Amino acid sequence: MSAPTVDRSSASQQPRDNMPQRPGVLSRSLRWVRDHIIAIAAFLALIYLFLPIAVVVIFSFNKPEGRQNVTWNQFSLDAWLNICRDPTICDSVGQSLQIAVIATAVATLLGTLISFALVRHRFKGRAATNLLIFLPMATPEVVLGASLLALFLNLGAPLGRGTIIVAHIMFCISFVVVSVKARLAGLDPRLEQAASDLYADERATFRYVTLPLALPGIVSAALLAFSLSFDDFIITNFNNGTTVTFPLYVWGAAQRGIPPQVNVIGSIMFFAALSIVVVAQIVGAARRKK
Amino acid sequence: MARTPVVTGKVEDLHLIGLTKQFATMTAVDSLDLTIPAGSFFALLGPSGCGKTTTLRMVAGLEDPTAGAILIGAQDVTQLRPYQRPVNTVFQSYALFPHLDIFENVAFGLRRRGVKDVKKPVEDMLELVELTAMARRKPGQLSGGQQQRVAVARALINQPDVLLLDEPLGALDLKLRRQMQIELKRIQTEVGITFVHVTHDQEEAMTMADTIAVMNEGRIEQMGSPAHIYENPRTAFVANFLGQSNLFPGSVVGRESGFVVVSAFGTTFRIPTSRVATTGDSVVVGVRPEKVTIRAASRAGEPDPGRNSLTGVVTDASFTGLSTQYLVRTAWGQELQVFSQNLSADDVVRLGEDVALSFDPSHTFGLDGSEDLTAGVDKELLELGHVVGGGDSSVAVGG
Amino acid sequence: MPAIVPTTTTTGSVEATVRRSKRSTPYVLLLPGLGWLAFFFVVPLFASLATSLQVPIEAGNPDGGFTQAFEISNYTQAIAQYWPQFVRSYVFAGLATILALAIAYPLAYFIAFKAGKYRNIMLVLVVAPFFCSFLIRTYAWKTILADQSPVTQFLNFLHLLPDDRILNTPLAVITGIAYNFLPFMTLPLYAALERIDFRLIEAGNDLYGSPWTTFRKVTFPLSLPGVVAGTLLTFIPAVGDFINAQLLGSIKDKMIGNVIDSQFRIVRDYPTASALSFMLMVSVLAIVFVYIRRAGTEDLV
Repeated sequence: MSAPTVDRSSASQQPRDNMPQRPGVLSRSLRWVRDHIIAIAAFLALIYLFLPIAVVVIFSFNKPEGRQNVTWNQFSLDAWLNICRDPTICDSVGQSLQIAVIATAVATLLGTLISFALVRHRFKGRAATNLLIFLPMATPEVVLGASLLALFLNLGAPLGRGTIIVAHIMFCISFVVVSVKARLAGLDPRLEQAASDLYADERATFRYVTLPLALPGIVSAALLAFSLSFDDFIITNFNNGTTVTFPLYVWGAAQRGIPPQVNVIGSIMFFAALSIVVVAQIVGAARRKK
Repeated sequence: MARTPVVTGKVEDLHLIGLTKQFATMTAVDSLDLTIPAGSFFALLGPSGCGKTTTLRMVAGLEDPTAGAILIGAQDVTQLRPYQRPVNTVFQSYALFPHLDIFENVAFGLRRRGVKDVKKPVEDMLELVELTAMARRKPGQLSGGQQQRVAVARALINQPDVLLLDEPLGALDLKLRRQMQIELKRIQTEVGITFVHVTHDQEEAMTMADTIAVMNEGRIEQMGSPAHIYENPRTAFVANFLGQSNLFPGSVVGRESGFVVVSAFGTTFRIPTSRVATTGDSVVVGVRPEKVTIRAASRAGEPDPGRNSLTGVVTDASFTGLSTQYLVRTAWGQELQVFSQNLSADDVVRLGEDVALSFDPSHTFGLDGSEDLTAGVDKELLELGHVVGGGDSSVAVGG
Repeated sequence: MPAIVPTTTTTGSVEATVRRSKRSTPYVLLLPGLGWLAFFFVVPLFASLATSLQVPIEAGNPDGGFTQAFEISNYTQAIAQYWPQFVRSYVFAGLATILALAIAYPLAYFIAFKAGKYRNIMLVLVVAPFFCSFLIRTYAWKTILADQSPVTQFLNFLHLLPDDRILNTPLAVITGIAYNFLPFMTLPLYAALERIDFRLIEAGNDLYGSPWTTFRKVTFPLSLPGVVAGTLLTFIPAVGDFINAQLLGSIKDKMIGNVIDSQFRIVRDYPTASALSFMLMVSVLAIVFVYIRRAGTEDLV
């Protein structure tokens, strides 16, 4: 500031000379952008994330002119009211749900056991175990799918729901281990020691202390496994035989044109996931307050 | 193995016999023999890494001893799992179960032992630690002091033979710590259970414990009542770790009725024979800073032949209200600490002034001459040059 | 007292059995899961290695079955024929990873440090789009990036597009890949940033002055574990992906995943497909391990 003593009247007479009193609109907005650059970038990232979702939801209300549901024609609730008009859609969703539930249950169990061994026990072969957990995550899905197919072909195993489930369990285990392990590693080992000091034997310690504390990690691992399994296309596409899961249905339908019912199911999945998480948050917050 | 824990309710002595714990690279606890009398408030005091926490964890059953035995009364508990021992622990930073409320935390031990009606005892216990209003809160919603009391309640409700406290007040601020020291002492007196308290805070140990064992490098250096070991340290480590000491190396020049006469740097000191920890001729002379009287040389007059006397120059004086702490450089270059009560303005000694120091022979103690005079002094203080006990280390080690 | 000491040795045997059962516990826990991985991950890899060395029984006819011949030239032929797709896969995946990092970092930073009480809601928003099926979202991109779409027309209006279009160009494939794996990038970044004590960043601002220097010297290095995890979780699936190239790219944008997929399922040339997938896996693993080594974090392994 050049002249703090200049009084108001003289300053207003020569606003441009030596007193950059009011920065221009442009520089003010540039300044605002600079101060909020992270918020703006985050906001743009969210738009990027939600743009396709918006398209999916909007086009679920479309009444497409031809077979392709890519240009907006007319608002309609048809697809929402007749989700199963093409029964193969609903069959494929049911198939995917069943596969995801079984694969999630098995993978969560096996992965949680591994996590407990890794975090709570010292044993020989730990490095090899870690490597075996890491490798499937570091292997591209085509490779996983293709090699499994090679195995099934060599074994002469009939491709179908069973092989899909086997494959899904395989690639979900590692993600479960990583997720549960992170939660367990964050637990204070003194809590379990305190339990055993307070007359809880190994089983009681596990049941009343370790398990409840690890549960959030196990639940989020299961959610992750479920979404990975439900959404998997690449590996499933190798090992499905004649079984059609929802992603496979979408892929197949794309040749003929995707019906808006697919958008409806996508929207339902999105909103269902959103509301489950939101409800969980609200319940959690309410419990914390109490 | 019996799954029901043995809770006798009657209080028994705790014996550690040849207790040893070796880790891959070090011996944490080295053949410890110790009897902790029933109903006492016992403190294991030592710097971090001295083995006190390992000892505690072995008593709790959380660590397996490499050798030795742990007995409660006549019962050998060495091989029992933690949940089979009549011992409970107040953990460092408490280890309260975050998913359970305060009531359930306190009820945990009772429920695991299959006690049917936990409501009454838990409520009584919460009353004892004054947390009745918090019963349905989660640990995360409590202050540090409240969490600490929950941890005590959760352990005490089981009426163990021995209650172990692992640095129980370490996470609290100074004021709260003082308050909790008094509170813990009150609770211990009320319930009469043996408390074994592990701490690195000598003041905390002296405030609460009936008996202190000073531990260093896996061994017990000295054990006794706080006043006794403070007044009669037997090693340089105890002299420096428990309070502060001025130590100077010397050698025995004579022994007269009840006294050992030691010469150090040309000055003679008399020490009661009973207060000399060695029979050898190389003796370290020690005196606590508050036992030393300081007078300006100009006003001191002739030294009293009945007292140990020396002279020096004041190099630092810090006024703390209660007392003034002086650093006095002796003729041989060692800096001694002197704490002088602020009795009257006449006593004030100025920086740079020549002074006469004197102390009663009965306040003087003698240590073995082979002692490391900096043992037990905070290593960081040594590095900074603020040597409080051992004086200038080059001089000290030379003895 | 000494009379009591021998009890230690008598009860010693009891303790020994307890120990032994404890020592086997981890293996019991590991066995089912690792067994599953061994049989359905490791064995198939070897099966695929074996397949990659086979030759057709009748030369030139893949439908007549294959026989083991330890034919190393399967590999050299596959590379000679498909190296452009290999290179393209790595370039596309690399660019998509960088793009995803550039988009996810500010987002994760904002959630970790600025979102306050909206933190959880924002995390939900980051993950939620994920639950709408991968394929459906990619088809949605096809709609968004179509030649007549408002997005394309707007960018054309600004003359930002060299080919006047997005769909069926590498740009579409790269943005599509970046989009698909964005949560895999954002969540580890968020986890790493959230762990940083914000006072360190304030201290950095105090010591360095400029926010950019603080970011380079304090924030970014501290978030490195998240960066490493996020880039790996994005890059690995991106290299093998073929959906984006198939749906959003032109015939010139085919990646190695497309080749493996069609060799396996359409051409049914199993040896070539296996050789390609084996090379893909080995090269990805090599890159991953070098990267982890250089980044100095072994958290993932």
